[in-house]
Amino acid sequence: MNINTTKIISLLFFIFSAFYLYTAYQIQVFAFDENAPFNARTFPIYLGYAGLFFSGLKLILPDPNTIKVDHENLEYKKTGILILIAIIYGATILKVGYFLTTSLFLFASYYFLGERRWILMFLLSFPFVAAFMYLLHGILDIYLRDPFLQSIGVMG
Amino acid sequence: MIEGILIGLTTALTLQNILMVMVGCFFGTIIGMLPGLGPMTAIALMIPITYGFDPATGLILMAGVYYGAVFGGSTSSILLNAPGVPGTVATSFDGYPMAQQGKAGKALAIAAWSSFAGGTLSAIYLLFMAPSLSKVSLSFRSPDYFALMILGLTAIAAFSSKGQFLKAMMMVVLGLMLASVGQDSLSDITRFTFDNMNLTDGISFVLVVMATFAMSEALTIILKRNDPTSAAKQVSLTELGSIKINKEERTKMYKTIPRSSVIGFLIGVLPGAGATIASFLAYGMERNVVSDEEKEKFGKGSVNGLSAPETANNAACSGSFVPMLTLGIPGSGTTAVMLGALLGFGVQPGPRLYMTNPEIFWSIIMSMYIGMVILLILNLPLIPYIARILAVPKNYLIPLILFFSVTGIYVMSFNNFDIYLMIGIAVVATFLRLYDFPMPPLILAFVLGGLMEENLRRSLLLSNGSWEFLWDRTLTSCILATTILIVLWHIYKTFSKKN
Repeated sequence: MNINTTKIISLLFFIFSAFYLYTAYQIQVFAFDENAPFNARTFPIYLGYAGLFFSGLKLILPDPNTIKVDHENLEYKKTGILILIAIIYGATILKVGYFLTTSLFLFASYYFLGERRWILMFLLSFPFVAAFMYLLHGILDIYLRDPFLQSIGVMG
Repeated sequence: MIEGILIGLTTALTLQNILMVMVGCFFGTIIGMLPGLGPMTAIALMIPITYGFDPATGLILMAGVYYGAVFGGSTSSILLNAPGVPGTVATSFDGYPMAQQGKAGKALAIAAWSSFAGGTLSAIYLLFMAPSLSKVSLSFRSPDYFALMILGLTAIAAFSSKGQFLKAMMMVVLGLMLASVGQDSLSDITRFTFDNMNLTDGISFVLVVMATFAMSEALTIILKRNDPTSAAKQVSLTELGSIKINKEERTKMYKTIPRSSVIGFLIGVLPGAGATIASFLAYGMERNVVSDEEKEKFGKGSVNGLSAPETANNAACSGSFVPMLTLGIPGSGTTAVMLGALLGFGVQPGPRLYMTNPEIFWSIIMSMYIGMVILLILNLPLIPYIARILAVPKNYLIPLILFFSVTGIYVMSFNNFDIYLMIGIAVVATFLRLYDFPMPPLILAFVLGGLMEENLRRSLLLSNGSWEFLWDRTLTSCILATTILIVLWHIYKTFSKKN
């Protein structure tokens, strides 16, 4: 059997399905439901077996359309930075507020992706987010929590 | 039906809804133009904005985005030979050679008129077919629905997987597994939450769509160093030539459009098939029916070769609404996203939608037609200007996509956990995409997961735990037989390719 990344993904999915199946068997159902034709664990159990079946088949059968990914040409660094910025954005958005974190997130993302036109970067972050906030909060009446703007009295 | 049409027109022709169709068409055209960002991404990005509207308006906006995205895909196919969406790949076969001959404006006009005609004709087919299908589908019972969902999932796996059926089936199972997280709908027992309160209500549909499409699409573009806008910088988007279509070309289109619209609509109705297969089939059929002289022009800038796929892909879009509106089962990944949004609005699509929410049912159908008219009015004169948007650098495009994704989740839950979960799913989806694991089957399975379990529960309880319900009713057996045929056809195709 030729080992390639697709096979490794299939193996991981096989292990994941086995774990899912084990967890499905652990689901606590009501005593009167234990022997019912269908209870809360029935469907997940079928799904667990289906996952084992399809990933098992993918593991065993030959893979004629092997996908080759040229890892040297992949931009891991920029992607990683972008994910990290998104995580920081997610972590601060509730505490700091929508306006400031979103504007800083956009500004930082433009910067790390190689943009250096500062005025355009500024216009497409702070004023852009303010306009978008006005659209959501002011016109469409969608609530946006923003402790920062509330603390400086811009938002009620 | 006349009453329904009037209800639909009254709803669709309000100032707000016309504005929504216009915004949807415009936004969809822009997103659809950018290679890699298809209608699913466009609709997913629109979901947060629809929160503020009533269901009919929200859906009208999404339908406009859908049509706009398909049309936008044609523009990049013709101008750049870089199809924005898979459904417009066949458009580039003759559209791009036409553009290279200095007839880009004409090619775009043919595409616009063909899309308009295809969409209009299929909206008329839908107008007559949907109510009758709704009545027929009232006779559907739980086993039939369960079998139909199996058919839909198998079909989308078979058709969307580019020869990777097992990978697509793994994605189907993963989608169903994700849908099983949270409280069981009947007993309220929590499953797979690992004592995390944030998972008690399950994983949000918007979160999964944003993560697997919008966000992972953006990460893939960065990871693969793709620049969807780079090709636009190499062509002159202002020198498009005349957009006038002469009499001879019009005569050719008159013959092509009706037959391609029928193919497109029928293929669109089939679960999982969609615009891509419809456009290829229409292109292939057109090549077979035209004269030998015209056949020679195919691939070199044929009017028939451009008109056929453009008509068919738009007709298929309308067709894909049939199973969603009448059975509550989406026929494609895009309609699955729309179904999820409908469920979010508290509207249950299916045969009863026709009776319980006629204003939604009819206004969607009516807004499709209005959308077609607006697309034509909006896109024909604006083509040269819209095309310039293709040159927006990815340095701005990617952060904006990420921003819309995070905003969508933030306004929905005000919860850090959901944002982390979305980033996590997006990273996994990006990795899976690298190895050609298709995402539409995952979304369709995620949307259908709850309904599928519900129908299986009812069927098994009624049959006392026996699986005989699968062949007790003729309708159930027929649907399952079709599923088996699709699987067998796929196995045959795979082995015949190998040999």
